[in-house]
Amino acid sequence: MKWRRALFTASPWITTIGFFLLWEIGCRAFNVATFVLPTPSDAFKALVDNWSGIWPNARHTMFTTLIGFGIAVVFGVVLGVAVGASALLYRSLNPLLVGFNSIPKVAVVPILVLWFGIGTAPAIITAFLVAFFPISVNVAAGIATTEPELEDVLRSLGASKLDILYRVGLPRSLPYFFASLKVAITLAFVGSVISETVAANEGIGYLMLTASSTFRVPLVFASLFVIAAMGILMYAVAAAFERRHTKWATRGLDQYGTG
Amino acid sequence: MKDGSTDFIRVECASLYYGGGDDGVLALKDTNLTIARGEFAAVVGPSGCGKSTLLKLVSGLNRASTGKVVVDEADVRKPLKIVGMAFQNPALLPWRTTLENLLLPLQVAEPHRQQFRRERGRYVEQARALLAKVGLAGAEDRFPWQLSGGMLQRASLCRALIHDPQILLLDEPFGALDAFTREELWDILQQLWQDQHFTVLLVTHDLAEAVYLADTVHVFSNRPGRVVHRRAIDLPRPRNSDMRFSTVFVDHVHELRAQIRREREVI
Ligand SMILES: Nc1ncnc2c1ncn2[C@@H]1O[C@H](COP(=O)(O)OP(=O)(O)OP(=O)(O)O)[C@@H](O)[C@H]1O
Ligand SMILES: [Mg+2]
Repeated sequence: MKWRRALFTASPWITTIGFFLLWEIGCRAFNVATFVLPTPSDAFKALVDNWSGIWPNARHTMFTTLIGFGIAVVFGVVLGVAVGASALLYRSLNPLLVGFNSIPKVAVVPILVLWFGIGTAPAIITAFLVAFFPISVNVAAGIATTEPELEDVLRSLGASKLDILYRVGLPRSLPYFFASLKVAITLAFVGSVISETVAANEGIGYLMLTASSTFRVPLVFASLFVIAAMGILMYAVAAAFERRHTKWATRGLDQYGTG
Repeated sequence: MKDGSTDFIRVECASLYYGGGDDGVLALKDTNLTIARGEFAAVVGPSGCGKSTLLKLVSGLNRASTGKVVVDEADVRKPLKIVGMAFQNPALLPWRTTLENLLLPLQVAEPHRQQFRRERGRYVEQARALLAKVGLAGAEDRFPWQLSGGMLQRASLCRALIHDPQILLLDEPFGALDAFTREELWDILQQLWQDQHFTVLLVTHDLAEAVYLADTVHVFSNRPGRVVHRRAIDLPRPRNSDMRFSTVFVDHVHELRAQIRREREVI
């Protein structure tokens, strides 16, 4: 039993390290050219060597992501509350929202560039555009699924719609909200990196693009590592945040927590 | 108590039609029903005949399509604020402890909401006393998901009564409980009713439950529902579990069962 627990704890590390080992061994065994697929050690070396160039770009991407994400949270919550609380709004906005969400956001970036020029603004807006939707959907779902019995109990006490929203709908949607943050922050990050690879002169996406256009493939992979690490970091922060704020929704169970 | 001179609740020729057009449902048709102040009334009838709908009419959550509901000599046009409700689904707020769940009606209902902050201490005492009465002392600070089904239903009953309503509306509140717990809760409900003198309208599928608790049992017809039979239960109070096996009790249950069977065969 002790063994199994230790294995359980160590399993994410084992698989990750195992993945890099396989990659390293595979590359060496089959003599894969560096400009096709560098070994992870090449990539890490590039990471260390180019750190002074990578770091400001990574910081910039983090910054655009967080701003876009922040706007998405505010807008997403407002929209979610409105749509969740009003069946009329839900019905009238639903086709627009679904339609909008099915547009690949890469396709929007050129338009943003047209309006705002190349640079930080398109990245922030792309991050916002991809991130607000899951937040809205989740918040709306949390509010709209309020038990009808509970609504009856409260209405029979003379509660207004606003009372019910405040006492039941909003607290009820909190776990949905926090769960959506994990998804939204990752999407925001993807959004800003995509936008940077299309139209930017700064950021980790931009760095990756320039590195690949000059065939510095290890640097491309080093950038990918940084992107992955940042994604994991942001996800972990959002997940920790979620765990702290929604104990009641997980019934005090911890073992399914992620991150 | 049952002088009937002035009826507290009167449902007069009320019909309710859900939805509109061709796919609407006529849930109640020309229902008549009266309940005296302080009376314990029960409603039984086939599934889907409109019993829950009746409760919505009496509480004012829905308005009758035709006919009317009169409570305390006033037409019911909007949700009454003198009712407490409990359902089969206890529907407690999972992020609130039992005690905090009990305080919810006081935070919402007039006139308590204005004085809630000022009088919180008094309200908490009141809630604790009520919880103790139904055997939930010690569970005040536990969350709903830490309670058993019977405990949840007790708490739900307390939430329905904390603001001292004049009418208690119960929609199959014990339907999901095991037999022992259910009988325990019958006695608790009877005790609360005898202490606090509210008027009860209980919807149930359990005929023994209706006979055990009610002064009057109303039998509903198939949908569209209306009262087709009214039976006074003149067993002495307080009723106890021994009475359940007396011939009078068993006869009441049998008669009601026969009535309902007749109703179902009408289709
Ligand atoms: N909100 C609603 N909209 C449309 N139809 C409804 C609605 N609520 C109930 N009905 C219909 O009205 C009829 C009566 O429903 P009601 O819930 O009052 O029955 P009930 O006697 O409580 O049934 P049960 O014993 O199964 O709880 C049913 O046919 C039901 O489908
Ligand atoms: Mg019902």
